[in-house]
Amino acid sequence: MTIALDQNRPARSYREVTRWDRLKTNRNWLAIWFMLPAAAFLILFLAYPLGLGVWLSFTDARLGRDGVFVGLENYEFLWDDTTFWLSVFNTLLYTSVASIIKFAVGLYLALLLNERLPFKAIIRAVVLIPFIVPTVLSAIAFWWLFDPQFSIISWSLKKMHVITTNIDFLGDVWNARASVIFANIWRGVPFVAITLLAGLQTVSPSLYEAATIDGATPWQRFRFITYPLLTPIIAVVMTFSVLFTFTDFQLIWVMTRGGPVNATHLMATFSYQRAIMSGYLGEGAAISTAMIPFLLAAILVSWFGLQRRKWQQGENND
Amino acid sequence: MATVGIHDVRKAFGLTPVIHGVDVDIADGEFVVLVGPSGCGKSTLLRMIAGLENITGGEITIGGRVVNNLPPKERDVAMVFQNYALYPHMTVAANMAFSMKLRGAPKNEIDTRVNRAAAILGLGPYLERYPRQLSGGQRQRVAMGRAIVRDPQVFLFDEPLSNLDAKLRVQMRTEIKELHQRLKTTTVYVTHDQIEAMTMADKIVVMHDGIVEQIGSPLELYDKPANQFVAGFIGSPAMNLIKGKIVVNGVASFEGPNGVKLPLGSAPENSNGRPAVYGIRPEHFTIADDGAEAEIVVVEPTGSETQVFAKLGGDEVVAVFRERHKFNPGDKIRLKPDQSVVHLFDEATGKRLTA
Repeated sequence: MTIALDQNRPARSYREVTRWDRLKTNRNWLAIWFMLPAAAFLILFLAYPLGLGVWLSFTDARLGRDGVFVGLENYEFLWDDTTFWLSVFNTLLYTSVASIIKFAVGLYLALLLNERLPFKAIIRAVVLIPFIVPTVLSAIAFWWLFDPQFSIISWSLKKMHVITTNIDFLGDVWNARASVIFANIWRGVPFVAITLLAGLQTVSPSLYEAATIDGATPWQRFRFITYPLLTPIIAVVMTFSVLFTFTDFQLIWVMTRGGPVNATHLMATFSYQRAIMSGYLGEGAAISTAMIPFLLAAILVSWFGLQRRKWQQGENND
Repeated sequence: MATVGIHDVRKAFGLTPVIHGVDVDIADGEFVVLVGPSGCGKSTLLRMIAGLENITGGEITIGGRVVNNLPPKERDVAMVFQNYALYPHMTVAANMAFSMKLRGAPKNEIDTRVNRAAAILGLGPYLERYPRQLSGGQRQRVAMGRAIVRDPQVFLFDEPLSNLDAKLRVQMRTEIKELHQRLKTTTVYVTHDQIEAMTMADKIVVMHDGIVEQIGSPLELYDKPANQFVAGFIGSPAMNLIKGKIVVNGVASFEGPNGVKLPLGSAPENSNGRPAVYGIRPEHFTIADDGAEAEIVVVEPTGSETQVFAKLGGDEVVAVFRERHKFNPGDKIRLKPDQSVVHLFDEATGKRLTA
């Protein structure tokens, strides 16, 4: 079969397709360029400092003096350092107690705010306040609240004749630990509460209605509907909460500087003290690097928690 | 199975009343459809029966027992929601078993009931799937299965088919009706689709702005609409409603816009000159030489019938013919209403005038 072509159409001239032409339209090549700014940012401010930190931990660098490679010497030294182990214990105690209470209180507040409440918008704004106030500012406020002489808590309790002498909030080992944990909880609850509230609001109200008609009590509605549907968000929010708490520095540094007698030293504050205050950069870096396995463990736990459950998957995965 | 009584039921959200005293009696085993345009209060009424909304005034009884202050689980009703409300984290079997599990029923009884419901609905092969892995129609069936497993006194359906595509909707309509014929459970079904109401119901309750406009069997509503609202709401295409006045001059007739004369079988006494609304269904027009002249505007053939939109007097009317006429827009035709099936409504109140 022949097709009649318009013979009068002017012939177009085509140029040979070069390698450069092909590269210009290559999606992968373009993708690299689009990713470059973000990648540069991450490498410069995240990967490089992290790598440098790890490298420093294998050297005997001091402030103002480049170190030489000393292998695991810093770690061997830390292994026999009781203060280091105390800081590990403190960090684990601080993280676990604060995270569990933050989760419980945050979940409670989220469930409360998800109900029909008068002045809900105002209450929600109030809940967020601790999160908005700069950490250092709230730490200073707590420092005053827990002041050995001028503490308003001691003053009030004395007025109510509950106690006769001031409570030594930050001077006693366990009081100090409880005080900083309390401050951390106060600061961390809004994040947990608001994120969980967002999660709760994605649950369709008709599911609760269906469950109500199916005969579920409020507790059963929570246990069988809310909780299972909320687990993916709980996993995310608690991972972040644990990471932030584990690496906390500001609150402790402002309130106690790790005292009394290192009772509230976390790994982060201890590392800072060794590296910057005392100038032993290598040793400080080793303390920081020692946090990595703990953080990785926390991330792994959440990674397994976050794995898409069967009910979240699409049609092809049965 | 049980009767359901709704007596002078009222509902207000805050200060805004939405249901102004509704009375409906539902017999044991009856399939009752609440139908009306959106915002008429039909879903609210259903949710009051279910116990999801509290009752501002009046009384609701199920099986002769006043349930006003009973929580949903003690009312022994099952509800199918518009969006199905399936628990996404439970398998089909677990979804259906949930209510019995909460009640602490023995496992073998749960299994028996779930398998029975699955067999009725053809869900056997899907019992271990999650809702996400099902099609719309299958999810709809699971929602019904959840209701069947309960073996409740009353089934409540809240617009269950509106999320399905047109073809599936027709199929599920038949399935629900079949299911009702098989189980004979009292059913209250809410829809805004008058075809669903007509095809499924033993009894239709037409609601509008929080009141009941008419209660009756589908054909009663179709043949004798109590007022202009029901006349216009039931039937598709809708009844033609022509404003004008009754003329009794030896024989009764109706004078439409621009003096169009329309035949009347009979007129109420002393109604000469009374302003009224003349209702005639599209299929009750015939082409006849003594008909009123009309000009065709649009012709819509559907195959089985042809819908003709025409200007009659100044009003646009629609006529439906089963026979195939050769019509073209602009043609003049003579439309003659069948005077034995004419409906007359009061112009001011909208109430039916003819018997």
